Amino acid sequence: MSTRAFGSRIKRTVDPALLRGEGAFVDDIPLANPLHAAFVRSPYARARITAIDVAAARAHPGVVAVYTADDIGVIDREMPLLIPHPSMTDARTQRPLARDDVYYVGQTVVMVVAVDRYTAEDAAALVEVDYDPREVAVDIEDAVKPGAPLVHDSHAGNVAAYYEQVSGDPDAAVRAAEHVTRIKVKVERSTAAPMECRAVAAQFDAVSGELTVWDGTQAPISVRGGLASIFGLDEDKVRVIAPNVGGGFGQKVLLFYPDELLVPMAAMELGRPVKYIEDRRENFIGSTQERTQVHAIELYARKNGEVIALRDSFLHDTGAFIPYGIAVAQVASTSIAGPYRIPNIWVEFTAVYTPTVPVTPYRGCGRPQACFAIERAMDQLAEELGLDRFEVRRRNLIGDDQFPWTREGLLFADGLRVSLDSGQYQTALEMITSELRPADFAAEQARARTEGKYLGLGLAFYVEGTGLGPYEGGHIKVHPITGKVYVNTGLTGQGQGHETVFGQIVADQLGVAVEDVILVEGDTRAFDWGVATFASRAAVVSGNAIYKTALIVRRQIIRAAANMLEASEDDIELRDGAAWIRGTDRNAPLAAIATASNPLRYAFNDAAKAATQFMPASKHDGPPLDEGQHPGLEATDYYSPACATWAYGVHGAIVEVDPDLCDVKIRRYVCIHDCGNMINPTIVEGQVMGGIAQGLGGAMYERIEYDPEGNPLNANFVDFLVPYATEVPSVEVRHLETPSPLNPLGVKGVGEAGCIAVGAVIASGIEDALAPLGAGKFHNTPITPSMIHAALGGD
Amino acid sequence: MRRPRIATPTVSSDPRAPVSITVNGERVEREVSVRMLLSDFLRHELGLTGTHVGCEHGVCGACTVLIDGVAGRSCLTFAVQASGHEVRTIESLASEDGALHPVQEAFQECHALQCGYCTPGMIMNIVGMFEEGRPLDLSDEGIRLALSGNLCRCTGYQNIVAAVRKAAETMPAG
Repeated sequence: MSTRAFGSRIKRTVDPALLRGEGAFVDDIPLANPLHAAFVRSPYARARITAIDVAAARAHPGVVAVYTADDIGVIDREMPLLIPHPSMTDARTQRPLARDDVYYVGQTVVMVVAVDRYTAEDAAALVEVDYDPREVAVDIEDAVKPGAPLVHDSHAGNVAAYYEQVSGDPDAAVRAAEHVTRIKVKVERSTAAPMECRAVAAQFDAVSGELTVWDGTQAPISVRGGLASIFGLDEDKVRVIAPNVGGGFGQKVLLFYPDELLVPMAAMELGRPVKYIEDRRENFIGSTQERTQVHAIELYARKNGEVIALRDSFLHDTGAFIPYGIAVAQVASTSIAGPYRIPNIWVEFTAVYTPTVPVTPYRGCGRPQACFAIERAMDQLAEELGLDRFEVRRRNLIGDDQFPWTREGLLFADGLRVSLDSGQYQTALEMITSELRPADFAAEQARARTEGKYLGLGLAFYVEGTGLGPYEGGHIKVHPITGKVYVNTGLTGQGQGHETVFGQIVADQLGVAVEDVILVEGDTRAFDWGVATFASRAAVVSGNAIYKTALIVRRQIIRAAANMLEASEDDIELRDGAAWIRGTDRNAPLAAIATASNPLRYAFNDAAKAATQFMPASKHDGPPLDEGQHPGLEATDYYSPACATWAYGVHGAIVEVDPDLCDVKIRRYVCIHDCGNMINPTIVEGQVMGGIAQGLGGAMYERIEYDPEGNPLNANFVDFLVPYATEVPSVEVRHLETPSPLNPLGVKGVGEAGCIAVGAVIASGIEDALAPLGAGKFHNTPITPSMIHAALGGD
Repeated sequence: MRRPRIATPTVSSDPRAPVSITVNGERVEREVSVRMLLSDFLRHELGLTGTHVGCEHGVCGACTVLIDGVAGRSCLTFAVQASGHEVRTIESLASEDGALHPVQEAFQECHALQCGYCTPGMIMNIVGMFEEGRPLDLSDEGIRLALSGNLCRCTGYQNIVAAVRKAAETMPAG
């Protein structure tokens, strides 16, 4: 029996092509004589458009078309509200091109299509738009003050949504509490900043009536559904392909961005391929962002540190529109109690319109904010009660034998209950304790202080609801010529390594090499049932769907091979690309089995001879295919989770803060994490390390800045500080594997895990380091040198 | 749906100039817009789409190519500026049969890439350093400094650092 692929550190099968520069990203797709789109964007955060003059742009040489809201027919409408929820009334979404009003700097007003991007941008600069600017309140806490200028006149107080959730009996528990800890925390806005900006290209074939759209999206099937619906086309006449995509991190799950409708429209109208390749500035001002939340959290505890109730009230900034509904805030509100038992919870949020780039999920999707609130509050509680930070957690963590731990009354972002299904939280705490040795560290910290060095220990737990439904599918077909195994699923990758991990799942069941499993995903022509890539769900939902499908194909192969080899099914084993009679060298390659499973008339190759009508193998009573039987080795199945499966972990760091330079060095960063059974530990570690780097950006560097008029101040990579290799420390990753009881593979998601706890860890570490200098609390991220300077009493 | 238009323009009114550039050892001659970026020239005139564009302002390093052997930003270079010079892109590294260059191999070995978008620029930068022949500081800090002109949003860099060190072991000296 060959080694099990599942769980092995198998090298990624996609890498050689990407390394040779053979990846096919949207802008790499060769199109015949394509046209290029550029946009005129609003320079005001909130204004009324009084006039648009496109005459000079239309007359510019090389310009093919100029579109305003008046010129775009059926798509001149508010774009879909993707996730309706009763907490919102009259939820506002954006129009592809502004009509009458603009709501943030960067909103698309006019689209120019020209022979190349250079010309399109020249012509865009010739468009004259007259605006009547309005007052704005950009800061979220200002936006909810009485009398604040409104983003949408329809929404008093700028309230986009209000939602309250209760678990247990918080009022009674609050009365019974012996101590209360109250803090207010704020996490600032950041952005996914995928290395490939968004991109869309479209081509319309007038002969076949088919529209093909290449879209760097995380949700190609939904994009197709929307395009077909809005343009009134048959779904089978619209093909959406998400080719190689250079990172997504949530930003690319939103549909529709204006260009995703306008580019296909222009391609159909102009009869030539059209593409829009977003540039970095546009990614900062036109593609969605996330994170701003202000939490007022209260922990009600007994004197021994056991928290018996939690109350949290928070503001969530949704930007100018709320196309993705309340998902981010809902995830934050249902993750607020973290890994702790806390049986009584009251949590409310107000989602607030601000005249800024719209907000939709960015890796973590509300979890980093919830983690920051609860973990900073736990540190504070420990301090107030004179308890050790490790100890206060030990007294509150859900016990390893207390799973599943259900928070009745809280509904997660999938509309299903919050039930932390499994884990070893106490074991994780023991592991981080033995890694960081807090007692030894305290001695080192004291010693260092005598030398004028300020060391701190940072600590934070996180939980992550992963693998949300509704479902995904798997389709597997054994290719009759090559014997290679083709696999499809409906969601799509942005660099996660799906082809390798799904290949590992299939390889074990069908006895083939991982590199002989060919994954085709993100193409609606290959497979068009499914949802999207988000919420750390691909391995859980598609992984299990593909696994279930592989079991069916495995049975098909064994049955057909037993028949061909005239052996009992129990004696058949699958390995090395063939079915073998156990203990003998008699075998049939998968290609031959696939061919023989397909009754043939024409012998197009040697293997096919055996399947033709006059050959002995085909002799049987009745029709060549029995009723209900289908040709070949092929199956489709689906997996639909009953609820999310909850991953978790704990991060710890040793930081050194220079109080003169206000510089923070991360001396050590340890991550204990548990995502259930690991399909490929190398890929898991890659996800975790990348997540931590992104989390570190949010913890120390990245903040989307607006001036009081709503102008973005750092919409570029010079001023918005994505960490380079010089900013990110080496990370020590330790695995715990508690199989999820909820799915056959026992897996949990890991895509977002790394980023969640980092802000809380860094804040906790800096606070610990600077405590003797009276620096006070660090309850906001990112923690910049200026903030440290201010905390130390500087001006 | 309106009927597609029949006659639409195909070229801009930009002034054009001849360029002659040696790309991956092959001399190519074209007439291009004087403001065409080298990145666009490589990608769309020559179809060498392995060079990626991540920021168009010289910060992310995704578009890095070797110009006369030195790492340069093709998004900040006009094609006409490269005329008369030698340019090497990611497509030049693997051998004809697809066998990977030691740096590429180390990247796969160490899981130093995820989405692969920053990877070609990252690798051309590293290859440029190796080929300069100066001794490299292979400490963690040294490698990180060497990589500090290239952004990666997926990996957290740790595996890239490992890949550089591994490649240094297998690269022929100098």
